[in-house]
Amino acid sequence: MSYVEINNISISFGGLRAVDNFFLRQEKGELHGLIGPNGAGKTTVFNLLTGVYKPDRGTFFLDGENMTGKNTIKLNHEGIARTFQNIRLFGNMSVIDNVKVGLHNNNKYSAAAGVFRLPKYFRTEKEMNEKAAELLDLFELLPDKDVLSSNLPYGKQRRLEIARALASSPKYLLLDEPAAGMNPNETADLMKMIRFVRDHFDMTILLIEHDMKLVSGICEKISVLNFGQLLAQGETSQVLRDPEVIKAYLGQ
Amino acid sequence: MKNKKTDVSAGVLKTIGFKSTAGNKIITILIPILFFGICQMLVSYGVLGSLFEGLLVPLCFYIIMAVSLNLTVGILGELSLGHAGFMCVGAYVGGIFSFITQETITSPWIRFPLAILIGGLAAAIFGLLIGIPILRLSGDYLAIVTLAFGEIVKNIMQNIYLAKDINGLHFSFATAIDPAKLDMATKVDILKGPMALKGVPRDANLIVALVLVVITLIVILNLIDSRTGRAIMSIRDNRIAAESSGINITKYKLIVFGLSAFFAGVAGVLASHYNMVTEAKKFDYNTSILILVFVVLGGLGKMRGTIIATILLYALPELLRGLQSYRMLVYAIVLIVMMIVNNNPWFIEQRKRLKAFLFKNKKAEMEEN
Repeated sequence: MSYVEINNISISFGGLRAVDNFFLRQEKGELHGLIGPNGAGKTTVFNLLTGVYKPDRGTFFLDGENMTGKNTIKLNHEGIARTFQNIRLFGNMSVIDNVKVGLHNNNKYSAAAGVFRLPKYFRTEKEMNEKAAELLDLFELLPDKDVLSSNLPYGKQRRLEIARALASSPKYLLLDEPAAGMNPNETADLMKMIRFVRDHFDMTILLIEHDMKLVSGICEKISVLNFGQLLAQGETSQVLRDPEVIKAYLGQ
Repeated sequence: MKNKKTDVSAGVLKTIGFKSTAGNKIITILIPILFFGICQMLVSYGVLGSLFEGLLVPLCFYIIMAVSLNLTVGILGELSLGHAGFMCVGAYVGGIFSFITQETITSPWIRFPLAILIGGLAAAIFGLLIGIPILRLSGDYLAIVTLAFGEIVKNIMQNIYLAKDINGLHFSFATAIDPAKLDMATKVDILKGPMALKGVPRDANLIVALVLVVITLIVILNLIDSRTGRAIMSIRDNRIAAESSGINITKYKLIVFGLSAFFAGVAGVLASHYNMVTEAKKFDYNTSILILVFVVLGGLGKMRGTIIATILLYALPELLRGLQSYRMLVYAIVLIVMMIVNNNPWFIEQRKRLKAFLFKNKKAEMEEN
């Protein structure tokens, strides 16, 4: 059994088949790209995998465990973390607090321990601060740790979102258009960063992206979605030469 | 982005500092203590009149109300318009408890803390009861439901008939208790419908009230600055991201509704044990809005600002009494001006400059010494 196994998941909204029989196999540490024209159902696949929607049909296994039909919170506890197409940070909280929310379920103490400042509070907070600082340092955000996250420049906000997702020590990381709105330099940095995350954490990553340079640069395999259906899947270089894919998405 | 596959050296962690928030919190807690200390002193030296003295304890329970409402409105980010309803529950439950037990538990040192706990818990139960059905609501809809809740509580309290005799308690709703059921010789009326609750022992004084303010502040400030507080604020800032970060939204919303109602209940108990007369109609929509005004002007999510705004805005109408019929007009103008000063970018810039200027002077002075 593969590390990630998605078998024929489907969902319809009214008469519209948003995702139809999507399947995917990923080994641990594999970086898979998901591409396709606008409205093809890429983000819907993410929403299915993170429990925002429940699939009408199909199954989803991660590391041998059945994830099908679980809700968002439970799926996060099971090790699925994601970033969003339109950045969703906790804007009125500091950068380090954003990461500490990501650590919420790894370092626990009760509300009472927090209110009455029991020793457990100080011990856990120290651990959290250290872990969060470590993550922020990896993403070169440590100098900004006390800045409100909404005051960060765009590129840093994207990085912070990934840092927050990694804070929950996920097994499976879903990145939704991480390069959207970035200039070529920032995209090049982002590519390095995603590769680094994969190598450093041995992370299994599924990535939605429109920037073909980024996709062909870092993804070993890709899937192409069109009108909710899988058009092609396989080695990146082969799929990108597929005439069907060129016709539907890349253009002549 | 670092390319080296290295762990962060411990050295990096040692060089960065983590801001301690303890100092800030102590200042916030000291503000009411100093304020009431100074006021008490001025009253005892006769600078301030006894009329002013009578305002100090009510000010305490308004501070508790405002700080607890700020937990819901500022930290969780849900507009609640029925906060006075929880206060009403606390005032009645705590008041009735003390009324009934004033002969059995004679020491106010035991009776009053018990009344506080019971009144607070009763309000917290109401907070959770109202919290469960409105979990799916937010924004305007939640505000409307809480508004209705406040009015319902007020109306229920105005329709309760409660009397005590040798056989125990007698309860009736909407209609007076059948006199045939009562033993007239030992009968004591506790609640008579729309009539006020009277005869609650006056257990509260300024010291007790101040202690309760400090406890409220410690609990709420510590809660905000903890794992729980971060979870609550993450729900406020982005519900979807909070959920996908594994935050249990239901749990944290209920914690906030419960805790916020608990402290409103405590404020209510304080009120009924200080005012000799507790009337349900005092805990109406206007009171809820008044407290919301304190919170909004003090700054959403900012406890220190809330305390200062409560003190200023509560004292203001009393200080303006000399203006007679123009009093509320001036009050309204002051509110508008405060709102503008709080939010206008130019004013904010000037405030920062002033702060920097004052701070620099202080530093220079310290260096001179």
